[in-house]
Amino acid sequence: MASQESPVTRDTAKVMNRADITRRLVARLKDEEAVVGGIGHTNFDLWASGQRPQNFYMLGSMGLAPSIALGVAIAQPKRRVFCLEGDGSMIMHLGSLGTIAMVAPRNLAIVLLDNGIYQITGGQKTHTSHRTDLVGIAAASGIERAEWARDEAHFEAWVDRALAGDGPWLIGVRTDNAPPAGVTDRDPVRIRERFMVGLGVRK
Amino acid sequence: MATESPAKTPWYDTVVAVLKANQVEIVAYVPDKVLAPLIARLHADPYFTMIPVAREEEGLGIATGAWMGGKRTIILMQTSGFATLPNVLASLVIACQIPAILMISERGTMGDHQLAQAIVCRTLVPTLQTLGVEHHRITRPDETEFICDRTIQQAYKTQAPAALILSPLLTNNPAWK
Repeated sequence: MASQESPVTRDTAKVMNRADITRRLVARLKDEEAVVGGIGHTNFDLWASGQRPQNFYMLGSMGLAPSIALGVAIAQPKRRVFCLEGDGSMIMHLGSLGTIAMVAPRNLAIVLLDNGIYQITGGQKTHTSHRTDLVGIAAASGIERAEWARDEAHFEAWVDRALAGDGPWLIGVRTDNAPPAGVTDRDPVRIRERFMVGLGVRK
Repeated sequence: MATESPAKTPWYDTVVAVLKANQVEIVAYVPDKVLAPLIARLHADPYFTMIPVAREEEGLGIATGAWMGGKRTIILMQTSGFATLPNVLASLVIACQIPAILMISERGTMGDHQLAQAIVCRTLVPTLQTLGVEHHRITRPDETEFICDRTIQQAYKTQAPAALILSPLLTNNPAWK
C-alpha cells in the first residue's frame, strides 16, 4: 500500500482525534486482544471507549506501558497485545523500543498517540513538537514495522495488518489536543484483578 | 536439589535451581560483574527466557505484564540500578500487588573502590524499608537456597515484591572460591 506512494512522515500525517482513533482500534478487536493503556489522556480515552475485560490501565510509572505490554505478549504468545502510548510517555523510555525489537514478539503492536504535548499537565510541548520523530526512533531501534498513519483509513489498515501477526508493530498517529472523552477509575488492584480475569489467569 | 553439600555449591547454581523449582521462567537483567556467572548459566539453560533490558525499570514493567499474563519473572540488577526504581516500585509494582522478584548485587561495600557505589549503597536498604518491601541479604552459600526459595514463595503467596540482596560476603569471599 505505502510502496506506491511516498512514505508518510510526521509532518504529512493528518492530525486526528485520539478518542476517535481509540474507538476505531477497539471496534476492530474481536478476539479478546489485550490492550495496555499508558497514563494520562491516553488512558482516559481508552476508558471512555468502553470497558473490556482485557484492558489494563496503567496508573503510574510513566513510560512503561510498552514494557508491560511486552510482558503480556511474552506470557501469552497466542493473544494479540496492543499498547496505546503518548509521546510524552514514550520519550521517557526509548530503550524499551530496542528491547521490543530484540524480543520481536509477533503478537505485539504499539500505537503511538502523538499530540506533541503533555496534555494533562497543561499542554506543555514535548520533543515531538520540535525535532523528534518517535516512529523514526522506533525504526532505528530495530522495529522493522514502524509507520506513520496518513489518515484514519490508513490507521485502520495498519491495525488490520497488526491483527494478522508478523509484529512487532509501531503505528504512529498524530493526534489533536481535544479533551479526552472520559476519566479512568483509580483503583490499581481492581484494574489488575479484572485484567487477570480477562486474560484467563484468574477466575 | 543441590547434589554437593550446600557449602560447596556456588551460589549461582543454587539460584538457578531455586528459580526452576518456583517456575520463574523469565529473567530480565542489566548485567554487572558479580551477576555475570549467574547470567551466563541462565542464558545456557533453555528453560529461561532472557531479556537484557536497557534500564532496570523496564524489567519491572515486563515482570508486571508477565505476571498478569500468568508467568513469573526475576529481575537482576546491581545496587545503582536499584536506585532508579522507587517510582516504578511505588506506583506500579506495590500499588498493583505484583510479586516481582528483585535480585540485587550489593556493590559499594566491603571492598568496593568506587566512591559512587559506596554512596548509592547507602540508599539500598533504607529505600526498601521505606517502601515496605520484604528484603533479605544472602551472605553464605549454605543459606542461599532457603532464603531465595522461601522469599520467592512468600512473594507469590502475599502478592508483594521482594528483594534478594547478594552480599560481597557471598559473592566476593575467598572462603567460597
